[in-house]
Amino acid sequence: MAVTAAIETKQLPKAFDVDAVRSEFPILETPVRGKRLVYLDNAATTQKPRVVIAALRRYYEEENANIHRGVHYLSERATDLYEKTREQIRRFIGAGDAREVVFVRGTTEGINLVAATFGRANVRAGDEVLITAMEHHSNIVPWQMLCEQVGAKLKVAPINDAGELLVDELSNLLNAKTKLLAITHVSNALGTVNPMKDVIAVAHSAGVPVVVDGAQAIPHQRIDVRELDCDFYTFSSHKMYGPTGIGVLYGKLDLLNAMPPYQGGGDMIKSVTFEGTIFNDIPYKFEAGTPNIADGIAFGAAVEYLSSLDWQALSIYEHGLLQYATERVKEIDGVRIIGTAREKAGVLSFVMEGVHPHDIGTILDQEGIAVRTGHHCAQPVMQRFGIPATVRASFGLYNTREEVDALVKSLQKVKEIFN
Amino acid sequence: MATDELRSLYQEIILDHNKNPRNFRQMPDADYVLEGYNPLCGDHYTIYLKMNGDVVADVSFEGAGCAISKASASVMSTVVKGKTKQHVHELFDRFHDLVTGKHTGNVSFEELGKLAAFAGVSEFPARVKCASLAWHTLRGALEQRKETVTTE
Repeated sequence: MAVTAAIETKQLPKAFDVDAVRSEFPILETPVRGKRLVYLDNAATTQKPRVVIAALRRYYEEENANIHRGVHYLSERATDLYEKTREQIRRFIGAGDAREVVFVRGTTEGINLVAATFGRANVRAGDEVLITAMEHHSNIVPWQMLCEQVGAKLKVAPINDAGELLVDELSNLLNAKTKLLAITHVSNALGTVNPMKDVIAVAHSAGVPVVVDGAQAIPHQRIDVRELDCDFYTFSSHKMYGPTGIGVLYGKLDLLNAMPPYQGGGDMIKSVTFEGTIFNDIPYKFEAGTPNIADGIAFGAAVEYLSSLDWQALSIYEHGLLQYATERVKEIDGVRIIGTAREKAGVLSFVMEGVHPHDIGTILDQEGIAVRTGHHCAQPVMQRFGIPATVRASFGLYNTREEVDALVKSLQKVKEIFN
Repeated sequence: MATDELRSLYQEIILDHNKNPRNFRQMPDADYVLEGYNPLCGDHYTIYLKMNGDVVADVSFEGAGCAISKASASVMSTVVKGKTKQHVHELFDRFHDLVTGKHTGNVSFEELGKLAAFAGVSEFPARVKCASLAWHTLRGALEQRKETVTTE
């Protein structure tokens, strides 16, 4: 009997210990407007755990030096730590080779890098670049700029009223002129999770490489770039509990090798004369200038922290929380949820009849509740749904049902004021 | 119930003008038409202005946005009608001082009249741009400017 019970207990997924997680994030203890902070703006940026803050402090107090060039102790140590982060990220995203991990400032720069190098080298007049109707401005504007420069055309795959990508329509838009598909993994405004593996397979069957905006996906699910078979995958540290100012562009080895450099400068060269320059190997070819060493090293601490979590339990917890929030907010009279895809992660966007999102945001803020209001850098998404803005509550691993209840209570207050 | 700050921001008069905006219409025979747009917020209005010499003969507006921006446009439309250009500029300055917290007390709340309802905005710095959008747009129209006005 006792043995059976033990086995059964083992098979149950372990519950996610949100209290333990919360205790790692000092800012959650900081009162806002005299109230307990309810931070529901995680899609904009996440809060940082102690280990990340400590890594930043330790770097400047004990490790600061420039990397890749010094022969002195600190330079070697800083170089080791920085390159260790590259290896940690390689492992975290399942890449085959650390040289496939290029450090950038964030997702926006990752996309711009692909547009400026792969794009300029491969997209010509008359060609097409395909995006979707749910992209963030950062996955629209770089492609518009590229298309403008080379005389190519930007095509947009549509979404349905639930905010789901119409994969068949996307498939129909792929043709011999399509040189690239740029698509978000998870929509920042709607929360839609795109069927990435299927979409990539569809694109590849038409011979089209795929760059994935992973900024909103990577905090919520484990990413395996080899399983996805994406050609590029880009994400930001600050949306996954790491510091601002650093992110990653993953690219397949052969693609990165074939691409021209991005910016010119130190670190991206092997040798320079006035007659010409021999560029460095990847990934350094794309990393001109002194990089963001401190935040890179602290990013490593964030990845280590995330790697230590039980992702099965976390995923069940986050999914349950979003579901709970959706049901509770939906119950409020006059509320319409924007983005009702079957597969969603982290984001609850909504509008309230007769009350502008900004007024809602101000009232919630008085209660210490931080949400985002506005168009979420996705104006075409707002246009698709015929609204100027939404209120967006976005969740992270430290959010709780009590915080959802606080949100709902304050939304009732909004109704009271505006009756 | 709402906090005191919230009550001072969302006064009855503001909620009323938001719900039932005055002079909320197109004006086909307007002398000046100017757009006011805060792209980050999405507050977006068109101000219509008809002049009789130096005097505001009629003013109306259309558009959409938050309660603060809409009520501000509505209240503004009711207070500037029949005023001279010079007087409208004075009202602009008073309103601006009021919502940015520079109201000195030299001007009594009675003189400010309905505009005094916007005093609470000064406690909400992020909302000053909402309250002042219509006023900046009106000033632009009076100055016969053509380019869209923004307060972001």
